Amino acid sequence: MRIAVDRDLCQGHAVCESEAEGIFVLEKKATTVTVLDRSPPEDRRAEVEAAVRYCPTHALTIIEED
Amino acid sequence: MTTAVELHGPPRVSGGGDEHGHLEELRTDPIALLERVRAECGDIGSFRLGQRDVVLLSGAEANELFFRAPEELLDQAEAYPFMTPVFGEGVVFDASPERRREMLHNQALRDKHMRGHAATIAAEVARMVAAWGDEGEIDLLDWFAELTIYTSSACLIGARFRDELDGRFASLYHDLERGTDALAYVDPYAPIDSFRRRDAARAQLVELVQGIMDRRAAEPPASDGRDLLDVLMSIKDEDGSDRFSADEVTGMFISMMFAGHHTTSTTASWTVIELLRNPGELDRVVAELDDLAASGAEVSYQALREMPRLEAALKETLRLHPPLILLLRVAKEDVAFRDVLISSGSMVGASPWVSNRIPEDFPEPRAFVPDRYVAPREEDRENPWTWIPFGAGRHRCIGAAFALMQLKAIFSVLLRDWELELAQPADSYQADLSKMVIQLRQPVRVRYRRREHPGGRA
Ligand code: HEM
Ligand code: SF4
Repeated sequence: MRIAVDRDLCQGHAVCESEAEGIFVLEKKATTVTVLDRSPPEDRRAEVEAAVRYCPTHALTIIEED
Repeated sequence: MTTAVELHGPPRVSGGGDEHGHLEELRTDPIALLERVRAECGDIGSFRLGQRDVVLLSGAEANELFFRAPEELLDQAEAYPFMTPVFGEGVVFDASPERRREMLHNQALRDKHMRGHAATIAAEVARMVAAWGDEGEIDLLDWFAELTIYTSSACLIGARFRDELDGRFASLYHDLERGTDALAYVDPYAPIDSFRRRDAARAQLVELVQGIMDRRAAEPPASDGRDLLDVLMSIKDEDGSDRFSADEVTGMFISMMFAGHHTTSTTASWTVIELLRNPGELDRVVAELDDLAASGAEVSYQALREMPRLEAALKETLRLHPPLILLLRVAKEDVAFRDVLISSGSMVGASPWVSNRIPEDFPEPRAFVPDRYVAPREEDRENPWTWIPFGAGRHRCIGAAFALMQLKAIFSVLLRDWELELAQPADSYQADLSKMVIQLRQPVRVRYRRREHPGGRA
């Protein structure tokens, strides 16, 4: 899976950071999220899905790769 | 083969023959006006406000354009002139909504602060019900407006500042909120009663804050208990004088609290009214709270996340009674939607009231149906561009998670220990739409009685 961020929508709430630590981070002073791991391993799927689900602006999507 | 599309201006809604166009209707019955624009013109139509056209967008496609547009295209800063006299001219971040957003964000709204806020809010509710007898009557709007002054000052500014406030601050703040007549689009200082009261209230708030600052200057705090006011007071100019006057500090506090105050207090009031009008839903919410209480869960953020019935009731209340019914921007360039041209200089609006009731997206749009948020329906997620009580996209409410947490914390405490009952005919509870800040038409009375078996267990 690959993570895509819609920069028009991300407001830097950092909900994703709490849901999937180490994959998303809000750098100090940054207004949008930094994705540390764009293609995280499968065993973190549940956390990434929670981040996508709880992101208040629907800025995150998972793109499946095969 | 391609043909150039002929662009034309947006269709104009009926009415509005007065000097200031549709201003009078916006001041007296905005909902009729907004609904008529969609009924007569569809997804895009216009009305006239003073010297300006307001182009109203509705429906998913048009709303997406509105909410995605960058600031250079649709500018928010100029769109709410009725706020300037409330915040005060020249307040440090008066000019920039970005600054205001950033400050709130870093201060208080990050996810990791929520747990502490939940406990603070629960304690504030307990503090207010401590004044209640075993039974009695309250005015919902007065009660929630006062409560949310305490919660927002405690969470956003700090406990020390909150402890220096009493009911006076809430009642002055109410006068500020009432000072948002749409007449401000023509003249924000027109000689009308609500504007005079607004200006008097702001001056008195500055006096209150000046008093607090004077007392603190005389007795500086221990370094560990410092709140935002202490921090602001410690900032000096090069010549050693205070960087911020009481007027500026008051303006900052007013603007930090404004977006979250009336929105949360009217939503709390409407939630009580809708639950009491729909006793089946109330029972399900109370059962959910009792189960959580029985499991020994504290009113903490984690517990608050697992309240699907209460959350669905809150969302449905917000859909039917969005505190902001008209969101506005100013077009900085010509913008096209389908074959309609929105000219540079027009105001552009989106309406949570109108969009939240589109029957194709929300079946039985006028009914209170919390089940529409339960999987697999999830009508809020299915319609991210029309379920918009919090707006959407780049200007979506940054306080939404805080607001929902706060409402859950309030009702966890209130409905655990108290039974509520309407004290007026069910259809007498109505919105007061005469100001841009919408409230409820008072009186909004309900009775309370202490539950015999709090938690539902004998
Ligand atoms: C039930 C409660 C609330 C509702 C219904 C609500 C609704 C909204 C809406 C519709 C917008 C978008 C305005 C626009 O697009 O022009 C907005 C923006 C905003 N809200 Fe809320 N709000 C609520 C609570 C709060 C709280 C508690 C806070 C802060 C603690 C807050 C802070 C803000 C701020 C700062 C903005 C401006 C965001 C920006 O322009 O980027 N709101 N709110
Ligand atoms: S939760 Fe969504 S809006 Fe917030 S930082 Fe993450 S991606 Fe951005």
